[in-house]
Amino acid sequence: MKNKLEVVPFVDSPEKRAELMELIESNKHVPGALVQVLQKAQLIYGYLPMEVQITIAEGLDVSLEEVYGVVTFYSFFSTVPKGKYRISVCLGTACYVKGSQALLDELEKQLGIKNGSLTSDGKFSLDACRCVGACGLAPVMMINDDVYGKLVPEDIAGILAKYAE
Amino acid sequence: MYRSHVLVCGGTGCTSSGSAKVIESLEKELAEQGLSEEIKVIRTGCFGLCSMGPIMIVYPDGSFYSGVQTEDIPEIVTEHLLKGRPVKRLLYQETVEEDVIKSLNQTDFYRKQKRVALRNCGVINPENIEEYIAYDGYEALGKVLTEYTPEQVIQIILDSGLRGRGGAGFPTGLKWKFAAANKADQKYVCCNADEGDPGAFMDRSVLEGDPHSVIEAMAIAGYAIGASQGYVYVRAEYPIAVKRLSIAITQAREYGLLGKNIFGTGFDFDVDIRLGAGAFVCGEETALMTSIEGKRGEPRPRPPFPALKGLFGKPTILNNVETLANIAQIILKGPEWFASMGTEKSKGTKVFALGGKINNTGLVEIPMGTTLREIVEDIGGGIPNGKKFKAAQTGGPSGGCIPEAHLDVPIDYDNLTAIGAMMGSGGLIIMDEDNCMVDIAKFFLEFTVDESCGKCTPCRVGTKRLLELLDKITSGNGELEDIDRLEELCYYIKNNSLCALGQTAPNPVLSTLKYFRDEYVAHVVEKRCPAGVCKGLLSFEIVADKCKGCTKCARNCPVGAISGSVRQPHVIDKAKCIKCGACMDNCAFHAIVKK
Repeated sequence: MKNKLEVVPFVDSPEKRAELMELIESNKHVPGALVQVLQKAQLIYGYLPMEVQITIAEGLDVSLEEVYGVVTFYSFFSTVPKGKYRISVCLGTACYVKGSQALLDELEKQLGIKNGSLTSDGKFSLDACRCVGACGLAPVMMINDDVYGKLVPEDIAGILAKYAE
Repeated sequence: MYRSHVLVCGGTGCTSSGSAKVIESLEKELAEQGLSEEIKVIRTGCFGLCSMGPIMIVYPDGSFYSGVQTEDIPEIVTEHLLKGRPVKRLLYQETVEEDVIKSLNQTDFYRKQKRVALRNCGVINPENIEEYIAYDGYEALGKVLTEYTPEQVIQIILDSGLRGRGGAGFPTGLKWKFAAANKADQKYVCCNADEGDPGAFMDRSVLEGDPHSVIEAMAIAGYAIGASQGYVYVRAEYPIAVKRLSIAITQAREYGLLGKNIFGTGFDFDVDIRLGAGAFVCGEETALMTSIEGKRGEPRPRPPFPALKGLFGKPTILNNVETLANIAQIILKGPEWFASMGTEKSKGTKVFALGGKINNTGLVEIPMGTTLREIVEDIGGGIPNGKKFKAAQTGGPSGGCIPEAHLDVPIDYDNLTAIGAMMGSGGLIIMDEDNCMVDIAKFFLEFTVDESCGKCTPCRVGTKRLLELLDKITSGNGELEDIDRLEELCYYIKNNSLCALGQTAPNPVLSTLKYFRDEYVAHVVEKRCPAGVCKGLLSFEIVADKCKGCTKCARNCPVGAISGSVRQPHVIDKAKCIKCGACMDNCAFHAIVKK
């Protein structure tokens, strides 16, 4: 698991904070609730910055290292914010044998960022993922909830342009 | 009363191809033409033929439309649904013959299949419990609770010969028997829906297309072992499956099929969902239970086995989704019926997710004992673009590659293990001559290195060293001794890792070494990648006879590696070449070759 430095300052809001506190309160005495609380907290904030992890650790009365240990163990959790448009390229087996690595290379080239990072304007984040389950359409990539299938590298520029505004 | 039903696939594959928009415009068009009262649109689970999506089937005539686009909808509604003339142009081509339209079950893709676990997928609306009940749903649970003792239920499952469909193939009835024998105040039934093998999606399709079959089977298992609580551990990456499963659980509770005093028999059972958070190791049973407990999903040594000490330290059984999807049918049709399908030691059917370089990608369910060749050539429709078959990969990162020489082996647990592959959860990826087997081994090792939980050293360090050796070979720096080192390290990791992830991680390397050793040797000795995949080993050359000296390649080379005068054959300076392939893409005379 790679350590990522947090470069974006964390911004909280009273509404989000209230939602988080309510979530913690309702799970306080549920055994084994940590993973579920983290999943919902990530829905509230979009990611799990240290500030949120500390609040959860204190609220559920578990140690911060246990919270951090769980957050860094599962790939679903992110300690850095994601872009407005989250791009994930499937590197599952079916997509890989049909050339999805070339799609990832092309995206890195077009966006000028590496796999696992965010463009400086915060617009696009790029990740490789393991199997979105649309193997019949391989190779596949997702932008937020939209799935693009049967792609070749030449398609990338046109698809990115749709999100250019 | 509707005169016609239109079934549109709402599985992940077809949803990705735009089936939600197709349904929307279909309903709109029906309303505009005043047919809403006569024709019912139903969103079903997966039909299996994902590559041809979005898929739509019109009953009662059974016309099978594939690749349906929203702009086709007005024509289908006017011609077919109003006037009763199927739009042949848009039907799945294989079903269209001169005068007749064949039914789905007569097509090559479906003819050799036998749908047991997938029986309701693409048939019923998974969000409506009444449709499941209409197809004998919850009848098996009722029968079990009112007619059988727990011991009898376990005996039926034992007699059926059902083995775990998650990969290892442990007899399901035996697992239940062990857990039933242990006394405890609380026991648990868990369902493993953490489908981690990249390229397998049958569990997701069952949950999306027939979630009640899993819930019903969990309740039957709960009765058999004496548990009152079940958990389904499902990947958070499967939003549609999670949604339909939640709906199904809510409906089952409303109908009194989950909760207290089911069927008035005094039996209590309930099911909750736990979402996985993206860790392949959580497919391992002890890791999965640790994860349900809200911790890092690391495996622990066995014994004690979960049947004695599992979730929260209580006796627990863990069954895979596809295994559970068979249970109700076994109860209703009898163990003899189930045992009549398959081979001597592997009974019933198996679902495979067919993908990669194959014409019909999608889900197929075949009786055990079917050969790989039948799947690839008959059901799968062969390899696209006239390419040659090279290998079939089963079992994902834990499995192996099967070469053409073994295509006629009847598929069952033991045969696949004997040829160095494994059944696994059922991912079946076909590779053609353009895939490099060393690169594939490296691909799987990258996966295991990423996913190794780090608890035990043989797996954490060993897989990393394996990957480094493969990197060395594919970048052109390999020596012959490296191949022996690879092999030695593989056996070391297999024998010493804590859980199945590490114990099976070397399989992709071992099986490719066994069947494609010449490719490894070519990489090491000749510094050549026969399939032309490994970039570090590629070299570009200009064929002098074909080169017209147009200078286009030289102008497009980003590093100035190509020289030559006008109308004279050019040459590439291999020391400068960065192997980007720009010259080859730009050559109008096909004079540049990649070696």
